[in-house]
Amino acid sequence: MSNGDDGSRPAQGAPGPPSPAPTASSATPLLRLRGIEKHFGAVQALYGVNLDLPAGAITCLVGDNGAGKSVLTRTISGIHQPDKGEVFWEGRPVHIRSPRDASRLGIETVYQDLALADNLDIVQNMFLGRERTRRGLLDEDSMEHTAKETLASLRVTTVRSIRQPVVSLSGGQRQSVAVAKAVMWNSKLVLLDEPTAALGVVQTAQVLALVRRLRDRGLGVMMISHNLNDVFEVADRIAVMYLGRIVAEKPASELDRQTTVQYMTTGGELYIAERQAALGA
Amino acid sequence: MTLDTDPGVAPQEEKLEMAADLTAAKEVAATDIPPELVAQSFGGYLRAWMARIRSGDSGVLPVLLGLIGITIVFEIISPNNVFLNTGNLVNLFQQSAVFMVLGMAEIFVLLLGEIDLSVGYVGAVGGAIAIQLVQPVTINLPWWLAIAFALVVCALIGAGMGFLITRLRLPSFVVTLAGYLIFNGVLLIILLLGPFSGYPTLCTSSCSGAQNNSHIIYQLMWGTIDPTVSWIGLAVIVALFGGSMWWRDSKRRRSGLVAPPPSLTFLKIALIAVIGVVLLLICNANRGRGVVQVVGVPWVIPIVLALLVVWMVLLERTRFGRYVYAVGGNPEAARRAGVNVNRVRTLAFALCSATAGIAGLLYAANQGGLSNNVNGGQLVLYAVAAAVIGGTSLFGGRGRALHGVLGGLVIGAIYNGLYLLGLAAQYQFIATGIVLLVAVTVDALSRRGAATGARA
Repeated sequence: MSNGDDGSRPAQGAPGPPSPAPTASSATPLLRLRGIEKHFGAVQALYGVNLDLPAGAITCLVGDNGAGKSVLTRTISGIHQPDKGEVFWEGRPVHIRSPRDASRLGIETVYQDLALADNLDIVQNMFLGRERTRRGLLDEDSMEHTAKETLASLRVTTVRSIRQPVVSLSGGQRQSVAVAKAVMWNSKLVLLDEPTAALGVVQTAQVLALVRRLRDRGLGVMMISHNLNDVFEVADRIAVMYLGRIVAEKPASELDRQTTVQYMTTGGELYIAERQAALGA
Repeated sequence: MTLDTDPGVAPQEEKLEMAADLTAAKEVAATDIPPELVAQSFGGYLRAWMARIRSGDSGVLPVLLGLIGITIVFEIISPNNVFLNTGNLVNLFQQSAVFMVLGMAEIFVLLLGEIDLSVGYVGAVGGAIAIQLVQPVTINLPWWLAIAFALVVCALIGAGMGFLITRLRLPSFVVTLAGYLIFNGVLLIILLLGPFSGYPTLCTSSCSGAQNNSHIIYQLMWGTIDPTVSWIGLAVIVALFGGSMWWRDSKRRRSGLVAPPPSLTFLKIALIAVIGVVLLLICNANRGRGVVQVVGVPWVIPIVLALLVVWMVLLERTRFGRYVYAVGGNPEAARRAGVNVNRVRTLAFALCSATAGIAGLLYAANQGGLSNNVNGGQLVLYAVAAAVIGGTSLFGGRGRALHGVLGGLVIGAIYNGLYLLGLAAQYQFIATGIVLLVAVTVDALSRRGAATGARA
């Protein structure tokens, strides 16, 4: 489709106030998607998606239900493979064939349903699948140290003890642990799928503060959200999806709530123009 | 054996902290986890423990209280108060051993949220194989080789059932129910092999050289350790175990990790020592009747305890064990974390069946042989009951090998106590059933308590 030059693509990567390396990150974004298409049988889920995810910036992906946000996220994290299109990681073309490939590149995903085991404690969850061992036995001391440092560096300070089982944590704390788990593995890009869904006001504030801290560390963050309050609170850049297309990708400062809603519900000028063209033809 | 001593945490104060966090997030200094949140004093620990019990995670406390209650009741109502006689207590340990080991076996699959209904007959198959292999007139394999062979067969049976459950995605309930029937049949076939008309026995006394291997398997249950040796052994074990525990806890304390206060570590070591001394005093007292003196710790006790230690280390200190808990808690999370969920499940079923094989050996040793009287159906129910009474959840993800031992002791105590009262099997079934109901209720209530308490 006509995503060649719609004039809406931002020239700059990270316009937010604390952009650590503005020139470098804007020149080559951490992840660059070009012309990504994906269909499941007869259903086309993604139409020629172009998206840049720069380091040190929070890119919020918004869109109505069924717009293709989750499919796009899963494509980036290696669960789906695109049918067409190119993926560039730090400027190099890559193929992400599995979640393992994604983690190897430095892409970690925090899923909506959290993927924490309730019965394990915080340390055990953070190291799940990557436990450290010494002489065949788990090296609890070293894992506890690292988990503690990671949580402290992200200022996740509300948990009483990192040896408490995850079931006893509040929703915000659980989300914080899930994010900290993603960050601990030297990741460069963190994908957050609805991190504030089902959270109260205070807990949402906690999680959003944590998301900002990730950006301030220089990580690339892509956050999917339905909640425009949250989006405008943290986003440096906003990408709007509509029926499988990116219909707007702009610095947050260039968008307001009303325009964003318009993009989300109608696809904005791009879609209207397209439709008119189709009707005219 | 041990107090449940995780620095338990109650969710009650969460709201308060959350409110505080709004400001905390704005603080500039990278604050560590507040030290007051990790109890450092004995009193603080006790409070945290109490809070955790209130929040629903009661650990082994109910079963310990239950054991004490059962002991008091039976001691009072048993004729001539024989329940706490040293002879009866040793007898009780021996009777409980099969339940304990079967309970530990079942815990492997209960932790996954699965169930294995075949443990009774698979275990008996293991016992029967070992007995047949040491028969002096037929094969007369060395006893250790016979045991190893029997356990390997059991493990393969478990792995086979695990394979069907994981690869074909069949429900474990049905697969192991089929295993229950199949191995009941296999057991009868094995028993009929050889010239023993379905009742292969072990040599129990005055055994010749050729019967040595057969006798040694009998001695697994009935052989005793020389009192002097047992005291030395206890001293060595307590010194090694206590020393390593003390060293580990103080190392963790020094490096600022979550660790119990020294007083608690000391208390745990002291508790283990006291339990060991009491056990040895009981076992080393003369329990013979009349002129025959019977003293010493039966071999079955160190065997069960060694198994307990090995399975506790495997479940709580190794990667495999961690994955068992993770798969039981949230299989999807485990899968996303890169855990090979199918392999963990299959291995757990194999370990369950192998452990059941050990229980079968002890059962055979206890009976001095095997016959088609083995009630595998009842054994499996006792196995599940032992695990659940001990505190293992039927819903997966929660449980310890220790629970099998404690629950097995409860079942053994009921069995033994009602026998002393002269009450027949029917009352034993009813009493065990009631205890099981109580245990499941505790489990379900504590789950509900944990769920509502945490999210509030």
